[in-house]
Amino acid sequence: MSNTSNGNVMHVMRQGERQCVTLTLNGRERSGYCEPRELLSDFIRQELGATGTHVGCEHGVCGACTVHVDGVAGRSCLMLAVQADGRRIDTVEGLAPDMQLGDLQQAFQRHHALQCGFCTAGILMSCADYLQRVPDPSEAQVRDMLSGHLCRCTGYTPIVAAVLDVAARRRQGEAASETVEAAHA
Amino acid sequence: MKPAPFDYLRAMTTQHALDALAQSGEDARVLAGGQSLMAVLNMRLAQPRVLIDISRTDELGSVRVDHKAGLLTVGAAATQGNVEWRETLRDEVPLLAMAFPHISHFQIRNRGTVCGSVAHADPSAELPLVLAALGGDVMLRSRKKHRVLPAGEFFQGMLMTAREPDELVEAVRFPLKRPGERYGFTEFSARHGDFAMVACAAVVTSDSIRLAVGGVADRPVVEQWPRLRDEDLRGALNDLSWKLGAQDDAHISAAYRRHLVRQLGWRVIEEAK
Repeated sequence: MSNTSNGNVMHVMRQGERQCVTLTLNGRERSGYCEPRELLSDFIRQELGATGTHVGCEHGVCGACTVHVDGVAGRSCLMLAVQADGRRIDTVEGLAPDMQLGDLQQAFQRHHALQCGFCTAGILMSCADYLQRVPDPSEAQVRDMLSGHLCRCTGYTPIVAAVLDVAARRRQGEAASETVEAAHA
Repeated sequence: MKPAPFDYLRAMTTQHALDALAQSGEDARVLAGGQSLMAVLNMRLAQPRVLIDISRTDELGSVRVDHKAGLLTVGAAATQGNVEWRETLRDEVPLLAMAFPHISHFQIRNRGTVCGSVAHADPSAELPLVLAALGGDVMLRSRKKHRVLPAGEFFQGMLMTAREPDELVEAVRFPLKRPGERYGFTEFSARHGDFAMVACAAVVTSDSIRLAVGGVADRPVVEQWPRLRDEDLRGALNDLSWKLGAQDDAHISAAYRRHLVRQLGWRVIEEAK
């Protein structure tokens, strides 16, 4: 199907027909079969076996299934698997390559920003996108971004603290590496 | 919570989408960002036979500013995020910049489209309200014809528009900031990002007040007054609150909706002065 989606040919998939979808999942090319109505969230979990992404409400409200599509955070339950053909999809598994927790995950651990962990994968993916765009957010901005997620364990306060902590540490890290560069100049 | 079966067509050009709509218009739904449509499909509130995906139709993805014509034109596949994160938006269409933070959540605006929200025509949605408040218009296209409808003619009722089954909402056009205009936007909802129970947008100049109200009637309603003040303005807001025909529903009473129209209306007009 990747071939037919190129160029100016309208891609057609009849109901019930299963076709091969190829996407880049956390940097690796992966393929699987789906019919038109299969959701991206189910495809990632059931066809590709990446079960880090959780499925909660299936209508875009809870945020548990949030992934990155070409680097941008969005709900995988509000997207068809076939729409992801040829695209780059990043999930929570990509935050810990080589089984080493990333800085966001370490901060969540430090601040006890999760208990049952059901919502955490989606929240981490939202934070990863948002901090790329807004490296120095206010507490109000972090709360606004988190409003797209439901967490029933934490009361959100430790999540806010973890996100602000990561942002501060990243800025310090940058400042430190700039100082080192300056010293070597 | 899985969609019923459908045929999937991915339009690579506008012509593909128009051909598909001409062929199966009544039975088809256009899938752009999917942030309303996919939820509706998952809950099986709609079961179209055909989905026409325009999310990869590059020629529909543009966001253009024409200073000469005084318009911001947003193509059918352009996301709300594409518009919201423009650094110049606050100077171009300040009312849009004020409204975006109220629209659902960051993660939804990343994929939801501006035209999709307008085409969906939810009476409590912010983008139809802003389009109506500013007097913007909707560009419709089918295989046979192009037409442009003012927002006031496009919105026809709850989830109802003047779009014909073979037509695509190709773009919407927001008037750019005009000298002397000031703006205000606010809404009341149960939680941040939820649908507005009442939403108000105001455009105020030295001699006029325009107030648009969403979430009460079956479509955004726009009212224009001279620069009323104090008790005159309170009286006009009260008349408007009754004219909108508020209804009791599971969330709040009609009386509370009228109260919100009077209070939020006053507040946005003050904010815009």
